Amino acid sequence: MTVMTDPPRESFRLSMLLNDTRYRSYTFQFIALIALFLFIGWLISNAAQNLEDLGQDISYGFLGESAGYDINQRPIEYNSQDSHLRASIVGVLNTLIVAFLGCITATVLGVVAGVLRLSNNWIVAKLMAVYVEAFRNVPVLIWILIIFSIMTVSLPGPRAFRGEDPSSSMLFDAFAFTNRGVYAPKPIWESGSMIVVITFLLSILAIFAYRAYAKKLLYDTGRLLPTFWPSIAIFFVPTILMFFILGRPISLEYPELRGFNFQGGMQIRGSLIALWFALAIYTGAFIAENVRAGIMAISKGQTEAAASLGLRPNRIMNLVILPQALRVIIPPLISQYLNLTKNSSLAIAVGYMDITGTLGGITLNQTGRAIEAILLLMLFYLTISLSISAIMNVYNNSVKLKER
Amino acid sequence: MSDTPAHSVAFVRETPIPPADPPATERGVIKWVRENLVSTPANAVMTVLSLVAIYWFLALLVPWLLNGVWNAGSIRECREIMAGSGGGCFAVLTERWHQLIFGRYPTDQYWRPTVAFVLLFVALAPVLFQTVPRRLLIFTGLYPFLAYWLVWGGSILGPIFALAGFAVGYIAYSRLVDRSFAMGFFGGVLAAIVTWWITGFLADATGNVMALETVESRDIGGFMLNLILGTVCVSLSLPLGIVLALGRQSSMPIIKWICVVFIEFIRGVPLITLLFVANVVLAYFLPPGSNFDLILRVIIMITMFAAAYIAEVIRGGLAALPRGQYEAADSLGLDYAQAMRLIILPQALKISIPGIVNVAVGLFKDTTLVSIIAMFDLVGMVRGPILASTDWNGVYWELFGFAAFLFFVVCYGISQYSQWLERQLQTDRR
Repeated sequence: MTVMTDPPRESFRLSMLLNDTRYRSYTFQFIALIALFLFIGWLISNAAQNLEDLGQDISYGFLGESAGYDINQRPIEYNSQDSHLRASIVGVLNTLIVAFLGCITATVLGVVAGVLRLSNNWIVAKLMAVYVEAFRNVPVLIWILIIFSIMTVSLPGPRAFRGEDPSSSMLFDAFAFTNRGVYAPKPIWESGSMIVVITFLLSILAIFAYRAYAKKLLYDTGRLLPTFWPSIAIFFVPTILMFFILGRPISLEYPELRGFNFQGGMQIRGSLIALWFALAIYTGAFIAENVRAGIMAISKGQTEAAASLGLRPNRIMNLVILPQALRVIIPPLISQYLNLTKNSSLAIAVGYMDITGTLGGITLNQTGRAIEAILLLMLFYLTISLSISAIMNVYNNSVKLKER
Repeated sequence: MSDTPAHSVAFVRETPIPPADPPATERGVIKWVRENLVSTPANAVMTVLSLVAIYWFLALLVPWLLNGVWNAGSIRECREIMAGSGGGCFAVLTERWHQLIFGRYPTDQYWRPTVAFVLLFVALAPVLFQTVPRRLLIFTGLYPFLAYWLVWGGSILGPIFALAGFAVGYIAYSRLVDRSFAMGFFGGVLAAIVTWWITGFLADATGNVMALETVESRDIGGFMLNLILGTVCVSLSLPLGIVLALGRQSSMPIIKWICVVFIEFIRGVPLITLLFVANVVLAYFLPPGSNFDLILRVIIMITMFAAAYIAEVIRGGLAALPRGQYEAADSLGLDYAQAMRLIILPQALKISIPGIVNVAVGLFKDTTLVSIIAMFDLVGMVRGPILASTDWNGVYWELFGFAAFLFFVVCYGISQYSQWLERQLQTDRR
């Protein structure tokens, strides 16, 4: 006969909070929480005391006040009478502009350099290695300043374009590189231009639709439709046709030298170009390394297996290597984009009016609202970072290897 | 040997014919060029393009370097001497090297940071190379106090008392750690604090002993400031990063969330906003009347910044360890602190070394950002006092080139070391 006995039910004793591993973690967490609250409370009481001594308070009212300073690059309507809030929004847009341009350029540079670094052409591979090492090992701030100096010091002033025998001339009569920035033709949107733009967007959708159809046909019947030339045709033909049918609603306004400066066209300031290219070249060097690592991570057996199935080299790249390499490349690529966006705050060093230059720069100095301005500034960058990493997590989960 | 008489055969070759040389196009330089430079038409085009690019670059660079002027008092003198030969005005480097390297440090005291810099390598040697005698680690421990005394000056008693606090704390820790890690840790901290409190009175009572001339923090600048910020912040952020990484892996939800929020917040904002905090906001949150040095505030913020990144690297190392290691530690009956100290962290840190070095290089480059909050580091010196002076206004390439060169040398050196270390670690794992 066996007797089942439960272990004696121990009553809870206070010493178990320290000696029993089941309860000890509660003690630790409680202590940590108290310590955290005490620390935050200490900071807040210090801040309250200091603000009182200085006769200040915490208020976001300053955002509604008139900013009183000008911004030289305005994606939306803005003048110096507008509020600090609107100035900050202009800054946000400027940040997004330079981040967007920088990310695209950095990706192109990085992918090209990364692939070329693996090229079997010795001299090209070495050249790319030099590019990567030179840019990865020098602070991005120095590159920004160097390119900014090129833009403002080395380029000729507008006056060099004047006269009978000017010392500088415009590129294709459309682009002028001056120390006040680059002047480029500006598109003029007349009535009907929307239809052209919509046609263009629709034709891009049509390309995807066509490719999906071709893929479906291939899987269903085994018939292989050509994709490359039809895609090109869909890309160009409808838009160009619509453009001429509607009587050329989009025209270009060329910059012209009038008096002492260029008029018309689109002025891209030296500060934007310095920031854009420095960030792109710097981040491109990092992306090149990511791309190289991604391609090298795919074992040679994959290429050989695909070749033994009878695939042609470009199909091996498109169907076998790239899909696997992208899984390795994309997560670090996204974090490089994030780094680029965060590094774009260095705009303040060259006077590009991004969010750090407006909200964290002039607005802060004018109003003296340091805590509020920097809190908003941090929140902005935090929002961008967290939303991009959220998107990245979704992507990572979707391409994760589905194992049994 | 052979029964066949040799003379019955008309001709017998006794030595093998030496292999013929490969065709001229398949050997030596020609083969290498054919395979590596012109294997396909596209390849040949790329080779030509690269050669053009290299020529164009050298055509700009070489005359600039060779025709450079190294002795002149100002940019105008430079231009007179050059007379349009297109050389660089490197005289600014010979004229202002002390500002670029030391900032506004007193000229007759340059030997102090120089000695500290040389000793830095002695202190780092046992950390970086396993073959260096372990006894040197004692010097590594003493180095921070010595370097502080050398760079900032003042009485030597201050650093010695600070060191004494750490020493007493360590002795208390090693006595108590046998009973439990927590007891040893808190006992050590308590002993250190008591020592500092007591020696605080002593320092007031005794005057200056072996005092060096005190140097104000705002006089420390140039490349020296970058080096100080880089080394101090990396060495401080390593322990903090380990603690944060362990906290993030912890099974206690509150501890975990505190660490997650801290890490993600710091990683989500640019360093420049944190430097703004150090410059204008941090003072609000410190006790009224306290007057923290700007360098100290910047060190606090950069350390927090680096710690968050190092924590993520170490978390990767912790995650890469097989679960069996954790379970093995548990089954040996080790408690958490012992398991971490003896089993988990040594392996996890070893895996994370390349990542930590990457963070260190990135951080060292980011120390240039302090120039934006009006500290005169190398870039700040270039942009501020030198380019703004009437003598050297307009000498951009030489100054920025010099700054880029200095950073390149240090960062490339560190990354080469990291690759060497990776190879070392790889061999002993196989």
